[in-house]
Amino acid sequence: MAIPMKLRAGNGEIKVLINHPSENGLRKDKSGALIPAHFIKNISVAVNGKAVLDGQWGGGVSKDPYLSFKVKGMKSGDKVVVNAEDNTGDKATVEAAAS
Amino acid sequence: MNATRRNVLKGAGGFSALSVAVAAGLLKPTQVLAGWNQAGFSATKAADALAAIGAAGASESKDISVKAPDIAENGAVVPVEITTTLADVQSIAILSEKNANPLVGEYALTDFDGFLATRIKMGSTANVRAIVKAGGKTYTATKEVKVTVGGCGG
Repeated sequence: MAIPMKLRAGNGEIKVLINHPSENGLRKDKSGALIPAHFIKNISVAVNGKAVLDGQWGGGVSKDPYLSFKVKGMKSGDKVVVNAEDNTGDKATVEAAAS
Repeated sequence: MNATRRNVLKGAGGFSALSVAVAAGLLKPTQVLAGWNQAGFSATKAADALAAIGAAGASESKDISVKAPDIAENGAVVPVEITTTLADVQSIAILSEKNANPLVGEYALTDFDGFLATRIKMGSTANVRAIVKAGGKTYTATKEVKVTVGGCGG
């Protein structure tokens, strides 16, 4: 199943917002049963095919994970690709041109 | 079963512990993704997590700023911004030192321009610690966040 993900790039900054429960496996539901871990483990960002960020996440990232960061030398029109994968093997890919 | 696995992971550091766990059939191969720091993310103490990411000897740096709220009413969503003037940044890691698993995220970076922001969960009042590896050295800075309602469950 594809994970919904949004990407915005421009003015040297890349912003990623992922729609994901980010469950750390430590919380309990109303009946007292543990909610299974379900979180993004890996996120990678490339600009024009060059890896600029290779991230690893644990269950401590907030629900609907958000990440933004600045990259040197990114120009208008550069192709930005983000890939993410969670602990169940679900994946997300988005692509956008920097504004 | 889970306790055994935890002990195996705790007993040795990093990659070797993983190989042992896989060889012993305690971890399914599918659980071992390329490039995920199992030892770091399952560490339950900040010091162990720092050791697992190779940051045990990090020196305090004024060239790193950790921006986060002084008081977070909701520990489930705490915005954190890391800015640094250090040159040649290779990686950044973020820890919430008193979380059940302190290591929140670790990023390998290329052409990094000094700014990274994310949102993390905090179980209780604690230091948010940033680790920045730059020019082959490891630096660190912290910011204390008071948490009214913890966001990690358990």
